[in-house]
Amino acid sequence: MTLPEVRTPPRQEERALEVVRARHPLRWLAAAGVLVLLAMAASALITNPAWEWDVVGQYLFAPSVVRSVLVTMELTVMGIVLGFALGTVLALMRLSPNRLLSSVAWGYVWLFRSVPLILQLLFWYNLALLYPRLSVGVPFGPAFFDFGTMDLIAPLTAAVLGLALHQAAYAAEIVRGGLLSVDPGQREAAAALGLPPARRLFRIILPQAMRTIVPNAGNEIIGLVKGTSVVYIMALPELFYQVQVIYNRNGRVMALLLVAAIWYLILTTALSIVQHYVERHYGRGRA
Amino acid sequence: MTSHPGSPMVELRGVHKSFGPLHVLRGVDLDVRRGEVLVILGPSGSGKSTLLRTINHLEKVDRGSVRVDGRLLGYRQVGGRLHELPEREVLRQRTQIGFVFQAFNLFPHLTVRQNLMEAPLSAQRRPRAEVGPLAERLLDRVGLVDKADAYPRTLSGGQQQRVAIARALALEPKLLLFDEPTSALDPELVGEVLDVIKDLARGGTTMIVVTHEVGFAREVADTVAFMDAGRVVEIGPPAQVLDGPRHERTRAFLGKVL
Repeated sequence: MTLPEVRTPPRQEERALEVVRARHPLRWLAAAGVLVLLAMAASALITNPAWEWDVVGQYLFAPSVVRSVLVTMELTVMGIVLGFALGTVLALMRLSPNRLLSSVAWGYVWLFRSVPLILQLLFWYNLALLYPRLSVGVPFGPAFFDFGTMDLIAPLTAAVLGLALHQAAYAAEIVRGGLLSVDPGQREAAAALGLPPARRLFRIILPQAMRTIVPNAGNEIIGLVKGTSVVYIMALPELFYQVQVIYNRNGRVMALLLVAAIWYLILTTALSIVQHYVERHYGRGRA
Repeated sequence: MTSHPGSPMVELRGVHKSFGPLHVLRGVDLDVRRGEVLVILGPSGSGKSTLLRTINHLEKVDRGSVRVDGRLLGYRQVGGRLHELPEREVLRQRTQIGFVFQAFNLFPHLTVRQNLMEAPLSAQRRPRAEVGPLAERLLDRVGLVDKADAYPRTLSGGQQQRVAIARALALEPKLLLFDEPTSALDPELVGEVLDVIKDLARGGTTMIVVTHEVGFAREVADTVAFMDAGRVVEIGPPAQVLDGPRHERTRAFLGKVL
């Protein structure tokens, strides 16, 4: 006995059915509203002569402004490099089985995260009031070199010191989080293969920790670019201080604040682009 | 490390290990001859993996001794005391013992080739010109030459475990330890990994394999040990332990898994 044929040939409309996407009228309405708001904002920026765009253009690449941008970049780079170097040491101390090392690292992070940056900067700036002379030598013993604190801690040194020590506290936590995010199996595999400790850290653990470290570090670096502006209290000619000097002289306050804002935008945009490529580098081997 | 042909490859005496209040190993004695394949079976939590990890000092023992190729592992005996060796020495001893993990633990940011070359280059300080061809030979042996420049995440579980075995072999170890090498694999991928291990067993490599694969034990093992509650309760040739177990715990376990 054979079963009756129940299959029917595919009908015309089953073979070539067209997909019609759902319409979203409210979405279109919202987009139109935002477009109007954007146009109003642009018009307010361009048509109001009080912004003084000609003055902005005049000062954007003025030699004194460009020099101050370089000072800002210098402060940022030194703060980040020294901050993350010290922060990595602190993170490793914090993870050490030695209780003294981990407690000291904890105490450092506690102290430098708790005291406002601006206060720390003034501290370093006025260090000479506390210790008029600094020396290098045997602890509690004879000194080999001896400096006047005023000579050693120039405003730039004080600023870099303050920014780096402050940044180190945050960097320590970021690096520690990164190290903890690496699968413990990686450490075990590296140990089982007999890799030397430094090689384990720099070749196996840190590159994997970077995946977690980089996005957080990116935040910190961009924060520091802008954070350098508090250094103006030490009369250091970085970007924010410099525009203040200029507008105090010529009274063009808004135009010069705009100049500073544009430069901060340029610097942070450049850093965001760099961050994208660094993340891609450390993301290799991951889907 | 000098070789002592007369002594067993692995010699455990009275090994104890606790994690806090948990007494995981309760006095293990074990000998593994040169070229012998020992398979350790036992229920979860019986201490199999911990025992294996003491044999390359990933876990330090609380009491007792572990000798590999006649040399005390991780310690130096001075009179009646054991002094912990400096880390450099421990690392050197480990390069003579290959370890294959349940979860592979390949380095995900390095290519397959870099995974294989890392330890010979940086732990054994062998020249690159020698290590490159070695990596190539080992990949050929596990059938993955075409994956040399791939990253581990792009491979199947079975392929990753074969790479991990090749990585362990790259140190040209005297002894290979396998910690449940197929437990993390999909069933259809178990065979390809077991085939590689069987091939090594036939080649005369001394190895200790912790596994749940009773069929593999029957086929490959020279000796089967059954562990329960931190002790080796039964040990002998597979025919004896698997087909005529004398201990009721062994019988109960085999009744469940067979």
